[in-house]
Amino acid sequence: MAKILPLASLLTAGLLSSTAAFACDDPIKVGVLHSLSGTMAISETTLKDTMELLIENQNAAGGLLGCEIEAVVVDPASDWPLFAEKARELLTVSEVDVIFGSWTSVSRKSALPVLEELNGLMFYPVQYEGEESSRNVFYTGAAPNQQAIPATDYFLEELGVEKFALLGTDYVYPRTTNNILEAYLMDNGIAAEDIFVNYTPFGHSDWATIVADVVALGADGKQVGVISTINGDANIGFYKELAAAGVSADDIPVVAFSVGEEELSGLDTTNLVGHLAAWNYFQSAESELNDEWVAAWKAKMGEDRVTNDPMEAHYIGFNMWVNAVTDAGTTDVDAVREAMYGQEFPNLTGGTAVMLPNHHLAKPVLIGEITADGQFDIISQTEEVPGDAWTDYLPESAVLVSDWQELGCGMYNTETETCVQLTSNY
Amino acid sequence: MLRKLLMALALCCAMPALATAQTLQSILQTHSEEVAKPGRRTVGVLLDDLVASELPQAVPFLEAWRDREIVLREDDGLFFRQRDGDLFDLDTGEVVGASDGVALAEARPNGGVRRAIGDVLVQFQLSDPDITKRQAAVDAIARSMDASQLAPLAASVAGEPDPTLRATKERLIGLLQASFAPTADARIQAIADLGSDLSVDTRAVLSKILATEPGVAVTLPEGANIAAILTPGVDLGTDEAYAQLVKASLAPPVTSAADVRRALEANIVDGTVGGLPVATMDTQEARAAAYQVLAEAGTVPPLVTPDDQAAALNAHVFYLSYSEPDVAITDAARASLDAIETKVALSQAADLGLDALSLASIYFLAAIGLAITFGVMGVINMAHGEFIMMGAYTGYVVQLFVPDYTVSIIIALPLAFAVTFGAGVAMERLVIRHLYHRPLETLLATFGISIALQQLAKNIFGTQARPLTSPSWLDGALVFNDVIAISYIRIAIFVLALIFLALIVYVLRRTRLGLEVRAVTQNPGMASSMGINPDRINMMTFGLGSGIAGIAGVAIGLFAQVTSEMGQAYIVQSFMTVVVGGVGSVFGTLAGAGLIGGLQKGIEWLNPSNTLAAQTYMILFIILFIQFRPKGIVALKGRSSAD
Amino acid sequence: MGKSFLSQNPSVLWFLIGLSVFTLVVTLLSEVTGIAFISTSFVKTLGKTLCLCLIAVAMDVVWGYCGILSLGHFAFFGIGGYAIGMWLMYARTEIIVLESLAGQVLPPTPQEVSDAIGTQIFGVVGSSEFPLIWAFADSLALQLLMVVLVPGALALVFGWLAFRSRVTGVYLSILTQAMTLALALYLFQNDSGLRGNNGLSGLQNIPGFEDTSQATISIIFFWASALALGLGYVFFAWVVSGKMGSVIKGIRDNEARVRFLGYHVESYKLFIFTITAVVSGIAGALYYPQAGIINPGEIAPIASIYLAVWVAIGGRGRLYGAVIGAAFVSLLSSWFTGGGAPDVPLGFYTIKWTDWWLVLLGLSFVAVTLFFPKGIGGLFDKLVRKPS
Repeated sequence: MAKILPLASLLTAGLLSSTAAFACDDPIKVGVLHSLSGTMAISETTLKDTMELLIENQNAAGGLLGCEIEAVVVDPASDWPLFAEKARELLTVSEVDVIFGSWTSVSRKSALPVLEELNGLMFYPVQYEGEESSRNVFYTGAAPNQQAIPATDYFLEELGVEKFALLGTDYVYPRTTNNILEAYLMDNGIAAEDIFVNYTPFGHSDWATIVADVVALGADGKQVGVISTINGDANIGFYKELAAAGVSADDIPVVAFSVGEEELSGLDTTNLVGHLAAWNYFQSAESELNDEWVAAWKAKMGEDRVTNDPMEAHYIGFNMWVNAVTDAGTTDVDAVREAMYGQEFPNLTGGTAVMLPNHHLAKPVLIGEITADGQFDIISQTEEVPGDAWTDYLPESAVLVSDWQELGCGMYNTETETCVQLTSNY
Repeated sequence: MLRKLLMALALCCAMPALATAQTLQSILQTHSEEVAKPGRRTVGVLLDDLVASELPQAVPFLEAWRDREIVLREDDGLFFRQRDGDLFDLDTGEVVGASDGVALAEARPNGGVRRAIGDVLVQFQLSDPDITKRQAAVDAIARSMDASQLAPLAASVAGEPDPTLRATKERLIGLLQASFAPTADARIQAIADLGSDLSVDTRAVLSKILATEPGVAVTLPEGANIAAILTPGVDLGTDEAYAQLVKASLAPPVTSAADVRRALEANIVDGTVGGLPVATMDTQEARAAAYQVLAEAGTVPPLVTPDDQAAALNAHVFYLSYSEPDVAITDAARASLDAIETKVALSQAADLGLDALSLASIYFLAAIGLAITFGVMGVINMAHGEFIMMGAYTGYVVQLFVPDYTVSIIIALPLAFAVTFGAGVAMERLVIRHLYHRPLETLLATFGISIALQQLAKNIFGTQARPLTSPSWLDGALVFNDVIAISYIRIAIFVLALIFLALIVYVLRRTRLGLEVRAVTQNPGMASSMGINPDRINMMTFGLGSGIAGIAGVAIGLFAQVTSEMGQAYIVQSFMTVVVGGVGSVFGTLAGAGLIGGLQKGIEWLNPSNTLAAQTYMILFIILFIQFRPKGIVALKGRSSAD
Repeated sequence: MGKSFLSQNPSVLWFLIGLSVFTLVVTLLSEVTGIAFISTSFVKTLGKTLCLCLIAVAMDVVWGYCGILSLGHFAFFGIGGYAIGMWLMYARTEIIVLESLAGQVLPPTPQEVSDAIGTQIFGVVGSSEFPLIWAFADSLALQLLMVVLVPGALALVFGWLAFRSRVTGVYLSILTQAMTLALALYLFQNDSGLRGNNGLSGLQNIPGFEDTSQATISIIFFWASALALGLGYVFFAWVVSGKMGSVIKGIRDNEARVRFLGYHVESYKLFIFTITAVVSGIAGALYYPQAGIINPGEIAPIASIYLAVWVAIGGRGRLYGAVIGAAFVSLLSSWFTGGGAPDVPLGFYTIKWTDWWLVLLGLSFVAVTLFFPKGIGGLFDKLVRKPS
């Protein structure tokens, strides 16, 4: 008994200190559905830590509706079917009020049917290929028109690129993004033969031939630019090979959509200096809010840790959700969803993010040049761009809009004026 | 020309009083927005003004701006140069104060603007005493060739002291003349002089001269410089050709299924359309019939049938015409380009061959250790990939302690060998020794070790890729000509593979150990009765195979990435290499690696847009290959073939 | 067979009784009866585990009884899943599409319906053309036939080529591994027409049962899985028990001798290889509607290696061993990685099971192969024999 006593008193003390401030008995539960093991752990663990930091801060500020917020963390282990299983567990067993989670498209597609069946609510924080708008998901990452299209505009306008190499890892995000970009480039007068597309497997390392192909594109006197949707580790070999071939960012600029601070940290970036990345957030953004956020992050996680774009997406998403719950006075999913539309919250990069009726955010688009210290020099920042669920550049989806507030439909055909479907096409 | 310019600059310097009317700062202030947030398309006005002002301080300003040293003081909106914590006045060049504690905004020109600045700087830098600046100017010309650069470039050649740069300048003049020389003869001469230069910019110049535009007409236009006449269906798709006709307003647009539907929907009268009930409109044929009725009534444009399309295509001629009107010039350029392209094709084949060789050497390095353990001992080591990973992480750890990359690689190679040799011997002693009679179970046990090691690496080093940086003398590439090049790091791997091939062949053929290993391979029972200790041989062989995997790990880490999963990427490939080559034979493994590397590159060449497909087809090929040569390319007699 | 077969193989009877009791207990405690002691998500986990047990039994027959270490049986499992998944996706989308097209002024043409379904299914991967392999996706009967025929045909062709060339032992293992790798890589490509890396998703929504709750659907699939496992178990027990079973075990122990005795070894091996592939396909077709999503990652070579490990841990050469191995390891695995196991603080370091589980699992394979070559099933033997 003597042994147990200190432990018990410790526990009660801990409980007291954390619950004493809150008026209500049951905490509000927030599910965190990010892989903590497996291939995606590298990216997703950071987001779990972000959520814990955000919840700590909110509790310190008095919680929500007078209640404490409690994080329910589960590990879907980078195993896509597990996302469906764990989402069901969170919603039915843990009975969480909201879920923040997923990184890859396939994991989101896996959890979607469960969310729609059980009327859950999920915030998805990563840039993605679009072509989706679920009633039960808020997309706080970038849609293609908030990342890929502005970056391509930058290539066309500022760098005068006339010939494009679209290099990507062979999965859905690069495939769909490149399809949209091909259509967009052709609309902008780039001939089909001036667009070179290549897909490589995950973790590809043999880049010599592909780099030679890209260099050879310059043979007809046009400025060549690379738009890279290469994912993860494969980037390292790619940039090494570019450097070995003597190709600098001045000769052939590369803009990447999947390379951020987290991916660059701990890497030798000398080969990458001057190449570009497009995001909605860079750690180097100059604003007081950002300085505070970066300081809070480093205080929690250590000096050498960096912040990145999906973290900002969770930052905005969580705060919007908190405000929506406060406005609605309840955590009921339908009420919160209604309260979400039109929610505004300041971006870390300046300006204000607005939640649109299509469940996407309006956010500014930033383009940065990689610097030697693994950070980005922001060289272009647009006004807030409203996220578009269905791209305007593919004929099938140009006629579709999503408007859950007015039309109550995520896939509305403006031509036939009918709602194509209410649940997602997974 | 240039002398005049210099004189003008000198005059400006001598008479600052004259310039007081217009200071650099005042020009910048009129274009303040443009300096702070420049764009490629809009920066031209500012640059023109700066050049027109002929201010001597404009050139250093442009250089500083390009190098991102210009800042905007937010209090008063003035621009300064910031360097080493001090602010410098742009006109006088004097220090005006420290940069600390002042609200400053950096004026960051993007890549496009930097190029525009570079273009302006060209005329000032071509004869600059600083060779790096002259080089920058020449690079700027090479990136964006323009008629106006020809004269200053030609003027600067005579005074160029550096022979290499001079050659570059002369080459550039040749390229510029091919495009911009005033007379046709001079251009043809310049084009002919380009000769057999394979470089990308030469081809770029020729291709630009040969740029064509598609055209369509009833008869070929007179006076146009026709490049080719195209036959629809052969040289270009019929749909594409018809679209061209529609665009040129020579034919009515095709009526698509959606058009038909829209037209029908717009013409519904009392539940019927074209006299037919709407409910029957659920087939394409019914809709076409209804549309026909509407078309005959004149309410909708007539349906364009495939026959109409074919007739329209036949009635017109499709062609490509050169933008360059002079036939003699395009002929000369075509001849030059054809000659160059033949050579380029040959060079590309050679380059592909080099890539294949490089890939083969990587596969060989990854597989040779496996060939020894699998081939000689008949043991499947699923943890072989993890030994590769251990080698790579050893390299990474060494670089943490030894910052000099050359020294660290020299330490890392033997250390990686030692570490994985030890791990291999330990594994052989603890696990594999007990399973020699159960080869399938070795597979499972070593697989268990493999996933344990992988997870262990994740726990220790994290899931993130770790850097393994090659020494600077391995940066860059060996360039044979403008097409054939191979990075030094790949050459180093190739050499490493050769060394190990020689070493292993030597050990197996010329040493006591090799003799004993071969004896054990061919007949373990007999070998042991001849006084050879098979236990020791097995241990040594396994250690050797594992050690080589460790060295392969360092090599692979240098050109790709170091992650806990890197071994997995090579293990299946390595097994295939060994099995295709023939188990137990070093030369078999070499042949297997060569075959697989060459094949993969060959398939990639056939389908360059999909590397994944190349891997799929290669594996299918291997499966079929083994069906017909189950013992691999080099079949060996002995224990391994006795089953 | 009937009575004499069961009386000769009492373990089969015991297994069937155990399985029935288990099925009933789970059903009683599920959300369907209102007791809801077992959540729907756990019913799904149990149902999936039964499917894994079925493929493990198949694997045991091909490896434990016939001596062919196939590292490719998960390819057949995946094909079964894809075959049923195609119908599930197509039929569900067709319902949605017809509903939305009903609002159109003109009645839709077959072409329009097909285009609209194509846009729905492939829109996200950037095309709307139906690939050829979807030709039968509109028919449940044909797709169900594909569940059996495609794995069977693939195994038949592959096995015929391999056994004819006398590829045996570790060579065959590597070859089967190459087969599953090639299939996974092929499916990873978007051009494969099966939605690349995203795979087929939303499979838990059964067309025509929109109003049925997932609690009921999960129990129906749980029963179907239990039934399939029971039937599969009896079938394989029958296959390995008679004269044919003796020949098969003979091939495992000494292939050459069986051949010299006049048996056509290749035909026996081909039969076993193909029939186990078919059963794997059926197991997959039951598994993926419960998992909800199938994608190429599911058939990566590692999955098939795990399958071999389950069988090894459970105990080769005994069917119940395979069932125990698959159920034990996969449930334990999900308990550990699911955060079910408490962290162990050591003061200087805290052991998190999510990090260390795989290390433990890997080392336990080594231990099992070294010290318990008969696996968990071997322990039963000792228990049974001791009294006698």
